[in-house]
Amino acid sequence: MSAGAVRVRLSVNGESHEIEVEPRTLLVHALRDSIGLTGTNVGCDTSSCGACTILVDGRSAKSCTMLAVQAEGSEIVTIEGLAATSDGDGLHPMQEAFHECHGLQCGYCTPGMILASVSLVDEYPDLDDKKVREGLEGNLCRCTGYHNIVRAVLTAAGKEA
Amino acid sequence: MIPAAFDYVRAGSAEEALAALAEHGDEAKLMAGGHSLIPLMRFRLVTPGVVVDVGNIDGDLRGIRVDGDVVRIGALTRHSELEHSTDLAASCPLLAHVASVVGDPSVRHRGTLGGSLAHADPASDLPAAILALGGSLVARGPGGEREIAASDFFTGFLESALAPDELLTEVRVPVSTGGWNYQKFNRRAQDWAIVAVAVSDGGKGVSLVNMGSTPLRATAVEEAVAGGASAAEAAAHAADGTTPPEDLNGDADYRSHLARVLTERALNAAGLA
Ligand SMILES: Cc1cc2nc3c(=O)[nH]c(=O)nc-3n(C[C@H](O)[C@H](O)[C@H](O)COP(=O)(O)OP(=O)(O)OC[C@H]3O[C@@H](n4cnc5c(N)ncnc54)[C@H](O)[C@@H]3O)c2cc1C
Ligand code: FES
Ligand code: FES
Repeated sequence: MSAGAVRVRLSVNGESHEIEVEPRTLLVHALRDSIGLTGTNVGCDTSSCGACTILVDGRSAKSCTMLAVQAEGSEIVTIEGLAATSDGDGLHPMQEAFHECHGLQCGYCTPGMILASVSLVDEYPDLDDKKVREGLEGNLCRCTGYHNIVRAVLTAAGKEA
Repeated sequence: MIPAAFDYVRAGSAEEALAALAEHGDEAKLMAGGHSLIPLMRFRLVTPGVVVDVGNIDGDLRGIRVDGDVVRIGALTRHSELEHSTDLAASCPLLAHVASVVGDPSVRHRGTLGGSLAHADPASDLPAAILALGGSLVARGPGGEREIAASDFFTGFLESALAPDELLTEVRVPVSTGGWNYQKFNRRAQDWAIVAVAVSDGGKGVSLVNMGSTPLRATAVEEAVAGGASAAEAAAHAADGTTPPEDLNGDADYRSHLARVLTERALNAAGLA
């Protein structure tokens, strides 16, 4: 154990991982570098873009704005584990909707966008176009494909766009 | 951007948190949701030697209880819990609404009411709501508990009446269902307010966001309303005595103009003609 490192037990996508990190390690870096789950991206590193969004106990959170040590005891879901949280053996319905509606271009924002959208649909049952746009305000798409992203979220929510 | 190194203490109770603060003194910093502190630590504007994490403490420090004519809210209650609480919507709709316009959903899932108040940022939404409601804050320290009126709490830019060895445990607001409104002016939905105005109880309580170095009560507006002024007459005083910040979003004149326009809208929406 290197100087200053602590042992942290993280539950990620239903699997328990024991890692050694410094307390200052951001959760996104623990996920990517210690656990090897590189589907969670870093866009801005300043809490603004949402590329690093994951689910913590079922709700969206920016993993660049959490310490890995803060997440001990919580259930984390990253894009790699999302499909397994839904019934059936294919993609999660939100992933399916992004695919069907062409809700991605380069794909950089997509993992965060999809996890923020899963949380949004779960949290706000009466979504419409405006509420999806406001609800995803913390997730930026530099390809600016917002129109299809909103369509995908409404489709997955069963509120056909 | 990675914070400077620190030691981490996870507090399981208020007592453990207070003991850690007492042990580490000036070196220590409390962390609740971390959504103001971690951004500052990443820029190394704040470099605590010890972070005392209170974010996992449960029990009385979290949750909303309506107790006669007072609503008691645990300091660790998250913005999203305020936003979705049916008890709060019924007893203090202004506060529930203001919580729902803080940042974006991901921020609201992590940030706490106590953290937002203790951070004492003049651009924050929740301090304005607590000021307009005439609320108070309960702080626990080595010498026991004390209650601080919201109007005495914000002492300077990012400075509050809290001592470094104190923990905010509870926020109290009166049950308040009279005419209320919150006008938050920004360019994108998740952004901080360029200026915002909170009105409670038909104009008895009025407060301003981002119009000075602290969250502010608009006392001149409150006095005009109490003296029988119309919304337009009272709102003309919205910028009286303020020293608005100047930044890329606007200069002091622009902010003063916004304060007057938004105050009139908020008073109208709260039922004052
Ligand atoms: C992208 C983004 C957008 C945001 N947008 C907005 C916005 O539009 N409006 C807005 O109002 N806010 C906004 N915020 C800030 C957010 O509301 C924060 O959650 C809040 O200001 C701080 O709460 P916290 O629990 O995260 O506190 P922390 O970051 O954990 O702590 C903040 C400060 O309070 C102290 N503290 C925390 N809890 C206690 C306690 N119980 N007792 C004593 N001291 C304590 C800490 O020591 C620290 O000094 C935004 C944040 C981000 C990252
Ligand atoms: S990398 Fe976390 S919000 Fe941009
Ligand atoms: S698809 Fe390229 S950033 Fe969104």
